[in-house]
Amino acid sequence: MPPTATPRRVRRAAEGARSATMAALTARTRRGRATSTAFLGIMLVGLSFALVGLLSLIVFMFVEGGGRLSWTLLTEGPSTINPGGAGYRPAILGTLWVISGVIMLIVPLGVGSAIYLERYASKDRWWNRLIELNIQNLAGVPSIVFGILGLAFVARGPLGLGFVAIAGSITVAMLVLPTVILAAREAIKAVPSSISDGAMALGATQWQTTRRQVLPIALPGILTGVILAVARAIGEAAPLLLVGAVNFITFDPTFTSRYTTLPVLIYNYSTRPQEEFRVLAAAGVIIMLVLVLAMNSVAVWLRNHFETKYREH
Amino acid sequence: MTRGSDEPGAGVGTRRPLVPSGSRYGETVIRGLLFLCAALSVVITMGIVLSMIGPTISFLGQVPIGEFLTGTTWAPSFATPSFGVLPIVVGTGIILVVSLTVAIPVGLLSAIYLSEYASPKVRRVIKPALEVLEGIPTVAIGLFAFWFLHPLIKNLFPFLGDWRSPFSVGVAGVAVGLLIVPLVASIADDAMRAVPRALREGAYALGSGKLAVSLRVVFPAAISGIVAAIVLAGSRAVGETMVVLIAAGAGNPRLSFDLTEGVQTMTAYIAGRATGDIPVGTLAYDTLFAVGTLLFTATLILNTIAIRFVRRFRELYD
Repeated sequence: MPPTATPRRVRRAAEGARSATMAALTARTRRGRATSTAFLGIMLVGLSFALVGLLSLIVFMFVEGGGRLSWTLLTEGPSTINPGGAGYRPAILGTLWVISGVIMLIVPLGVGSAIYLERYASKDRWWNRLIELNIQNLAGVPSIVFGILGLAFVARGPLGLGFVAIAGSITVAMLVLPTVILAAREAIKAVPSSISDGAMALGATQWQTTRRQVLPIALPGILTGVILAVARAIGEAAPLLLVGAVNFITFDPTFTSRYTTLPVLIYNYSTRPQEEFRVLAAAGVIIMLVLVLAMNSVAVWLRNHFETKYREH
Repeated sequence: MTRGSDEPGAGVGTRRPLVPSGSRYGETVIRGLLFLCAALSVVITMGIVLSMIGPTISFLGQVPIGEFLTGTTWAPSFATPSFGVLPIVVGTGIILVVSLTVAIPVGLLSAIYLSEYASPKVRRVIKPALEVLEGIPTVAIGLFAFWFLHPLIKNLFPFLGDWRSPFSVGVAGVAVGLLIVPLVASIADDAMRAVPRALREGAYALGSGKLAVSLRVVFPAAISGIVAAIVLAGSRAVGETMVVLIAAGAGNPRLSFDLTEGVQTMTAYIAGRATGDIPVGTLAYDTLFAVGTLLFTATLILNTIAIRFVRRFRELYD
């Protein structure tokens, strides 16, 4: 059919249909506009509920404990008699010991698992699928259950390490391990296959490819996962209650001594009735928040930084 | 495609995996070590199960399972102990319901906003802010709830009850809700962003507004991911310890639905009871493990459901 031969009445029909459609559409959007705006409002209220909650938590802790911020808070030990001069020294050292143990455990184990699952494991094998499902499930197991495991297996039982800092390290490491594995897997998965295929094509072995090509590229992502896991480990209190961190200790702990950690001591202080202990606990929360939020920000920055950089290539 | 094999004439017409043909001992050793790392997670799970099974059986030898699961008085440390687990299960249930009542609307609204409405600039600010919220130690959130939210909610809703106790299960639930909002928001956001553009564009082409596209196209298309987010958040709320221990109290197990009073939960019982030294082999020690088994089973079921839903939404659009 030649294009010019559109009959007049067809053109009219098309015009009519178009105007009817436009009328219907504009009417619809106009009517919908009010609901749309209302919904946008509701969404912003919902979102601000979460953000205001976060902000008021931080402001509240500073108002409550800000007056207590001083170096003595970091350098003094706990005291039941003199809350005004008490501090967090053993707890901070205990946290450092526990965390250094956690890092030593989760970096090799977490990255190793991620490499195995992404680069070596064949998905057809049932045991690999089992491992994968198991890690996903483990990520959702409540932290207190790891405390029970730590109590029965690490502090007592087969390992029998007693209620010492290293038992806390192992317990918390098991808790955050799935986080590290999942993050490291994502990072390794994000490495373009052209790079590893290229290395393999040149005759590199699987391990050489992984070590020299894949891991360096995946490093920022892996680091992000590790930092997030450590930040979580720092704030973790529940499982440590079961493996001995509730001791009220006044000496500097070591790896194999009795210990306490920052969140546990904060909890301990907060259960005491005197007002000074409440202030002291709030000041402890500020130390912990600064530490954890700084680590989180580094992790988020790292991820955003390397995400954009990668896309530019 | 280049072949990894250097045998002459190898694999003509067939595709071989890019692995050198001559396997080296070092490679095998490394592969074995890496496998051990991955298998460790299975060992941990087995450790959890093994560590709980013994004491739980020993507990059930002394307390009949019927009495444990249906009894309505929880007083394991009394002179005449009673081991009805229902009060602390109900306590956990109230926390779950209240926290989801807060987290589902707030989390989903945030997710819809982030995925459909927010400009990339706004998103870049809000998403990390939510993640920061996720990183706040739960002790801090517990204390915040106990010191700040409790008086605030008490003054805002004095008609809810008599607010005599310094602890409140309702306040603890709200705080746990605040804690799990980022989880709901971020998984639901991922699910909605995984919905293909073409679906949205099709709806826009038919004259739908943004609201209709978000709620009638994207939301239903992402529903399995959204359900997974909610179930995972629920599992988190069931397992949450410190907030509940601080804001709902640990000392008062009671079978009641009064939101203004304190209550004991499964996690709070374990944490409150297990501080340090309990003699091994006593009934008190075994009770911890029996409650732990219940908690582990509950969260395992929830996680399995969530993983199944996540898998469904992944398979749909890949």
